[in-house]
Amino acid sequence: MTTLIVIIGYLCLLLALGFFSNRLFRGTSKDYFVASHSIGPFLLLMSVFGTTMTAFALVGSTGKSFERGIGTYGLMASISGLVHAGIFFLIGIRLWAFGKKYGYITQIQFFRARFESDGLGYLLFPILVLLVVPYLLIGIIGAGKVIEPVTAGAFPELFTNPSAPPWLGGVPPWLTGLIVSIVVLSYVFMGGSRGAAYANTFQTIVFMIMGLVAFVFIIKGLGGLDQAGRVPARITEKGTIVQDFRYDKKESQLKANDPPKVVGKVKHSESSELTDHQPHFSRTPVTAEFKKKNPKTGELISFERELGIPFWTFVTYLFIPLSVGMFPHLFQHWLTAKSAKAFRLTVLAHPLCIMIVWVPCVLVGAWASGVLPPGIPPPAVLSAMLNLLVGDPVLTGLLTAGVLAAIMSSLDSQFLCLGTIFTNDIVLHRAGPKKYSDKQTITIARIFIVVIVSLTYALAMVAKDANVFDLAIWCFSGFSALFPVVFAALYWKRATKQGVIASILGASVTWVYFFYLSGYGGEYFVGPGIVPAAICFFVASVALVVVSLMTDPPSRETLKKFFPKLS
Amino acid sequence: MDSPKPNSGRSLVWLLFVAMFLAHQDFWWWDDSSLVFGFLPIGLAYHALFSIGCTLLGWLAISKAWPSELEAFADEQEEAESS
Repeated sequence: MTTLIVIIGYLCLLLALGFFSNRLFRGTSKDYFVASHSIGPFLLLMSVFGTTMTAFALVGSTGKSFERGIGTYGLMASISGLVHAGIFFLIGIRLWAFGKKYGYITQIQFFRARFESDGLGYLLFPILVLLVVPYLLIGIIGAGKVIEPVTAGAFPELFTNPSAPPWLGGVPPWLTGLIVSIVVLSYVFMGGSRGAAYANTFQTIVFMIMGLVAFVFIIKGLGGLDQAGRVPARITEKGTIVQDFRYDKKESQLKANDPPKVVGKVKHSESSELTDHQPHFSRTPVTAEFKKKNPKTGELISFERELGIPFWTFVTYLFIPLSVGMFPHLFQHWLTAKSAKAFRLTVLAHPLCIMIVWVPCVLVGAWASGVLPPGIPPPAVLSAMLNLLVGDPVLTGLLTAGVLAAIMSSLDSQFLCLGTIFTNDIVLHRAGPKKYSDKQTITIARIFIVVIVSLTYALAMVAKDANVFDLAIWCFSGFSALFPVVFAALYWKRATKQGVIASILGASVTWVYFFYLSGYGGEYFVGPGIVPAAICFFVASVALVVVSLMTDPPSRETLKKFFPKLS
Repeated sequence: MDSPKPNSGRSLVWLLFVAMFLAHQDFWWWDDSSLVFGFLPIGLAYHALFSIGCTLLGWLAISKAWPSELEAFADEQEEAESS
């Protein structure tokens, strides 16, 4: 119960911040959508970083490392440090310059002008919305999965149908999702882009500090750093996978299992030297069989899991972080920057911030393989480790608030962005800029935000068992397949409207095809482990180049406007 | 947007950017689960250092290839266009 009170206190604090940012709101639509281009370097870094790090970063990375080991960091984090910073430098600053000079608020406004096409906006709008929605679902589903284990036992008579038996009495995911949606909606509704920037900054600081505090306490619970290194599951000479330790909650210490507890067995591996190998500490693929309890019947059922990362998966994952170049919510954050110089801190510090958040999460996920049952749902690994090793309810509450902070700092930007593109690219675009007053424009955006929050919440309840990491990857894959469009818009004069439409259609068709093959959102690889995003990207690029070269180039006026001579 | 002509600083940044992509494929640690400082798997330690390398590359890009012309372009007084 104490844990829950701390979490509720944090949410109230956020609401107070929403009221505060509402007082700073200047009352204009430009301030509501892009904070009047007034955000400085630190707020820009925190809001961009907070937006890109969601449940995916904390809950998803820990869960993925629990499944596949430390390769998760190279797979997503270190390559993102390079690719994201490169995109901020090469794409973000240019889009900011065009946005500031020509008054663009959304990506679609830029693309409509650059490719002289109204229809392009109507084609892009539903695609961007459909790709942002899974991203929103990740946040709401992730929040639900984090809160239930840490509040287990708080209301045993009220919440009698937990997701897993040990979590009886915990706050159910539907209630957490509802509360998180309402809190985020409140401060976005009141403060718009400026409110989101302040809330993101506050929440990013909270989740970074709390992440480090959680890491320190988990290390302490495992008996120190040296001991933690010995904790992950180990492969024996017989090919079984064992846990050498268990955590004794009564004595609050790690104890040796004698004999080691068998939790699984190796089914297949390319490596012959597996004895005493800790598969979560390397990246060689090992297929293993584990057992888990069916939560309803209590019966033990077998399941297979591939530990490690296949080579081609590791290589082709570099296409996933390209998605950042096409995130509509990030475009909006870029536009809030006061000057191009405001980007410098983001370019420099973003890779370091990723490291500070991801290294501890990935380590905790790998360590968890040695003390948690292998059948635990991956998104619940972080909170299960906190619950098992930290114990103190106040601290657990603060740490859980940190996880919620990471989740909400992305949700706010995405909700705001959907309201912004609907208002500007559909309503105002059709009605003309003078039909609605500034106040009416803000009201339209707010109404759409309420609608999208409600729809997202309903969808999250339907997809409540989805794997947060895999769902995120599908969302990122879609955006990365659209990356050739933004790159060509900025750097290739010969790119045409027809080429871009062909590219978007090519990306969409291949994405839908692979999404279908994945069983609508599961982990899926092509051939030896190639991620679908690489193929979608390739198809989109070829379509863009071939069709552009076959069609007439853009007008001289457009080229002069978007490729001016700079000295 | 036509950027100013490439200079040696920009070329160096591009060269290092490509080199970083190659350095990311650290297949040589693939099967190695040995620990650095007694707790950090070597594959993870390498990629943490890689993240620091990205920051250093960012610093180099800002010093040698900063697009200052873009800021001037954005600030030129022209009538804002709403589509």
